[in-house]
Amino acid sequence: MELLQLVIGGLANGCIYGLVALGFVLIYKASEGVNFAQGDMMMLGAFIALGLGNSEQAGLPFGLAVIIAIVLMFGIGWGVERVVVRRIFGQPQFALVILTIALGFVFRFVAGSIWGYTPLVLETPFAGMNLRGGGIVISVSDLVTIAVTVVLTLALWAFFAFTKIGLAAQAASQNQMAAYIVGVPVMRINSLIWGLSGAVATVAGVLYATRGAIDPNIGLLGLKAFAAAVIGGLGSLPGALLGGLIIGVVEPVAGRYAPGELAKMSPYIIMLLVLVTRPGGLFAQIQMKKV
Amino acid sequence: MSLLQVKDLAIHFGGVKAVDGVSFAVEPGEVFAIIGPNGAGKSTIFNLISRIYEPTRGTIHFDGKDITGLKAHDIARLGIARTFQNIELFDHSTVLANLLMGRHTHSTTNFVQNMLFMPKVRQAERAHRKRVEEVIAFLELEAYRKKMIAGLPYGVRKVVEIGRALAIGPKLILLDEPASGLSVEESQDVAFWIEDMRRDMGLTVLMVEHDMSLVTQVSDRVLAVANGRPLAMGTAHEVQADPQVQAAYLGTPGEEAA
Repeated sequence: MELLQLVIGGLANGCIYGLVALGFVLIYKASEGVNFAQGDMMMLGAFIALGLGNSEQAGLPFGLAVIIAIVLMFGIGWGVERVVVRRIFGQPQFALVILTIALGFVFRFVAGSIWGYTPLVLETPFAGMNLRGGGIVISVSDLVTIAVTVVLTLALWAFFAFTKIGLAAQAASQNQMAAYIVGVPVMRINSLIWGLSGAVATVAGVLYATRGAIDPNIGLLGLKAFAAAVIGGLGSLPGALLGGLIIGVVEPVAGRYAPGELAKMSPYIIMLLVLVTRPGGLFAQIQMKKV
Repeated sequence: MSLLQVKDLAIHFGGVKAVDGVSFAVEPGEVFAIIGPNGAGKSTIFNLISRIYEPTRGTIHFDGKDITGLKAHDIARLGIARTFQNIELFDHSTVLANLLMGRHTHSTTNFVQNMLFMPKVRQAERAHRKRVEEVIAFLELEAYRKKMIAGLPYGVRKVVEIGRALAIGPKLILLDEPASGLSVEESQDVAFWIEDMRRDMGLTVLMVEHDMSLVTQVSDRVLAVANGRPLAMGTAHEVQADPQVQAAYLGTPGEEAA
């Protein structure tokens, strides 16, 4: 029973890692580089929702605050690509790494100067509510987290599999040159993907904030999510989610049954194990070049 | 009126004049070939026409319209399709998906209709599939329909790329070395396809090619370029007989000493 309890909480945590990892993968496919500000985009999204929704701040209804936060973060993600990232198009991958690390600092500073560095709690309609049964307690926010992740994942899948824009994005991620000549506006698609990634990060941030207080440094969670993305294969959306779930479940279980600090190290241990045994990740999309 | 008109086209990369003052016009229904030694600027001319490169000077008119200022993704919609010398396909997708992607600019259904897979979307998908099946039949790709590009032999990938260009439904098709790396039989197929494209589909073909037997067989006119500059224009035989062209390929006597 105790294990089941840990697993459910871990799955909910894993959903959040998975959603942030999804953001890594989206941008990796669009801009061929890693966005190290992904965790900070999550943090900023959560704070915008908190700023709009909490009664001491703008005091909007919770649902409306979240929707506006998602739209705003879509705009911020879109704008970051349009104004900053596009300028380093064609530069080595490392340029994007440095750029996004700096962006992360900017986001943390902005959030810190608006909302301060003392942890704040997002007011939600289901705060503190729990379900009991069969000897375990499940918090409603865990269930909401899992349900929202499932719905969002299905929506993203449908978007990429069936819509013209989604297919164009897939095409651009596979071969930009080929995408251009069949008429895909690759640059516009890249902006859109950054926007989408900002929106997904906001959903992750709000879900994270339903489970505890937030401060401008929660974006460091992005490192664990990055490990999740690498475990999944860095080019695979289902892989990113699975990677997130694995880390989410292993962490609390290791915390309970394994000695000392092993729980904190577990995401990176798993990542190293995967890299050693399957260098392309669990859902490898990059084939080795046969020479 | 010419379908494609290129006037005084030039692009300089720093001090390198990759293309420097090339002009030519391709008439509707014509097969026009550009030949020249390696590094002559042939593929660069293609990249300028398909708007991947920004010209330093000069203009490109297609179907009476100035396309010099357009973006690379606008070109397919106007009716210009192309292949690449080094094959640019969606490697992790099937042959069918690659060809269907060629129909991208013809898709008129919107986001909500797509998400709900409404009847209109199904109808449009059937029409696109029908068009793509015609291309598959024409290029005899039936056996590869559901195969991933990444696992296919070079020659087949080359044909798939021609197929994707045809699926776009173009007026003008640019073929960048369609016969390079192909066996004798395969390049003979390419020659027949080019003739059929012109005769049965009413296409205009502009191609870059090294294989002179293919060029002689299919092209109406040939433009020879070297070092980014035009050398000679005329029928394949006229151009091959031109002393400047021969010098560009073989070197002029005494050049080595200089």
